Amino acid sequence: MDGARPMIQAIDLHKSFGTNHVLRGVNLSVAEGSTCVILGASGSGKTVLMKHLIGLLKPDSGRVIVEGEDIVSMSPEQLAVVRRKFGMVFQGAALFDSMTVFENVSFPLREQTKMSEAEMRKAVGRKLEIVGLVGIEDKYPADLSGGMRKRVGLARAIILDPKIVLYDEPTTGLDPINTDYVDQMIIDAKRALGVTSVVISHDVASAFKVSDTIAFLTDGRIVEQLPPKLLRKSEHPAVKLFLSTWFGKND
Amino acid sequence: MADEVEKAVRPQPNPAYLVVEYIGKRVTGVIEEVGGVASLGIDVARWSIRPPIRVDNLFAQLDFVGVGSIFIVMLTGVFSGMVFAHQSSRAFLLFNAESLVGPTVALTLTRELAPVFTALMVTMRAVSAMCTELGTMRVTEQVDALETMAVNPVQYLLVPRVIAGLVMVPLLSMLFNTAGMAGAYFVAVNLQGISAGTFLHRTQQWLDPEDITEGLIKAAVFGFAVTLIGCYKGYNASGGAKGVGQATTEAMVASALAIVMLDYVLGVALH
Repeated sequence: MDGARPMIQAIDLHKSFGTNHVLRGVNLSVAEGSTCVILGASGSGKTVLMKHLIGLLKPDSGRVIVEGEDIVSMSPEQLAVVRRKFGMVFQGAALFDSMTVFENVSFPLREQTKMSEAEMRKAVGRKLEIVGLVGIEDKYPADLSGGMRKRVGLARAIILDPKIVLYDEPTTGLDPINTDYVDQMIIDAKRALGVTSVVISHDVASAFKVSDTIAFLTDGRIVEQLPPKLLRKSEHPAVKLFLSTWFGKND
Repeated sequence: MADEVEKAVRPQPNPAYLVVEYIGKRVTGVIEEVGGVASLGIDVARWSIRPPIRVDNLFAQLDFVGVGSIFIVMLTGVFSGMVFAHQSSRAFLLFNAESLVGPTVALTLTRELAPVFTALMVTMRAVSAMCTELGTMRVTEQVDALETMAVNPVQYLLVPRVIAGLVMVPLLSMLFNTAGMAGAYFVAVNLQGISAGTFLHRTQQWLDPEDITEGLIKAAVFGFAVTLIGCYKGYNASGGAKGVGQATTEAMVASALAIVMLDYVLGVALH
């Protein structure tokens, strides 16, 4: 892809939960500095795939390569080192509800660096500015709206300037204005910080807006991975059906 | 239609097999759970001796489990001592053996009532909260979030809680003893008219330090067990609010059962 080297690769991933064969040989490659959206229906295994990319789940077989290193066989200690390259934005933001916004966003700094309190305040302030939330440091997650929580989640994910940011359904449950805002944030984060992004989504509009490539996941396999323009011309029946539901109404 | 035909044709299993299958499933389920708790216990032990030591988290839990339970434990202790003194003095007065009220209450409290009741109170007050909190963190992906930030959730979340149980339940149990004896003294001496000298002297005569130690060992084991069970259930919760509720119910039941079963085992083992 574009000649850029792959940042993350999944090779022939298989994963079952009991009798439920969720991933049935997933192959995926995300080029450095690009944004790849994994598109698929609910229950197609998108979140499971994403959890494999950061090593939260181990595949039954197959490999996950991050910057040339296979993370599947790594020990928890080695994985901890690799995870410093990642920031992850969770579907429900997954903010620690016993902590303030400042404590949430500064959490990775506290754990991974020896910054002073004042430096942390500054760094947190900068990242909150990027996500468009100024002066909410002392609020608790329960005081924030869903859209704000997601943005705080993104601020926390990028606080250590990771090389890779994973987004789990970033626009699900948001109103159109917040959806637009979050889309723009993903684009900005890529431009400003040069991060490689993997976004999982079933939101076709967002996917076409933010992505460099779209990987379509169905029946536990990636059946197409193409730039958005080419994906629209895909002849794969599942892709056609999925896109027609959206473009049929909105084109 | 096809389903009905198949149902009619398919031989029905012998009811006896169903009973055996049911019992078998329950037994393997219990064994699986006990194994899960045990392996989590090993994990907790392993991560408790590794840096970084999270002093803040530990103190927060010591405060929550220990300091937060002082009032309720002492209140339970006072009333347990009072009712026990009341009942036993009524019985002992029948055959003029009221001098035995003090020692009877003291031995029962230190060896049995204090560790068991303290552990039960801590289970209800603190372990239920732990289980719910951890369960909510699990289902809202906060546990995953910790892991993605390269923080081990067992070390960050579970180690301080289990240590707090291990340390604080024995201390609370001592408070229970103290409060219980005070309550018993009040009832026996002030209400039942037993002489203070007899009460204290006989208690001192019969109660050995080993009785107190036995109670403390029990309390430590109970504290470790109930916090571990609560953590296990919460940490492995799934299925949203309903799942968390179910995990907490299961944790309460399992903890209470663990307390009475371990009480018997330790009672036998420590003699």
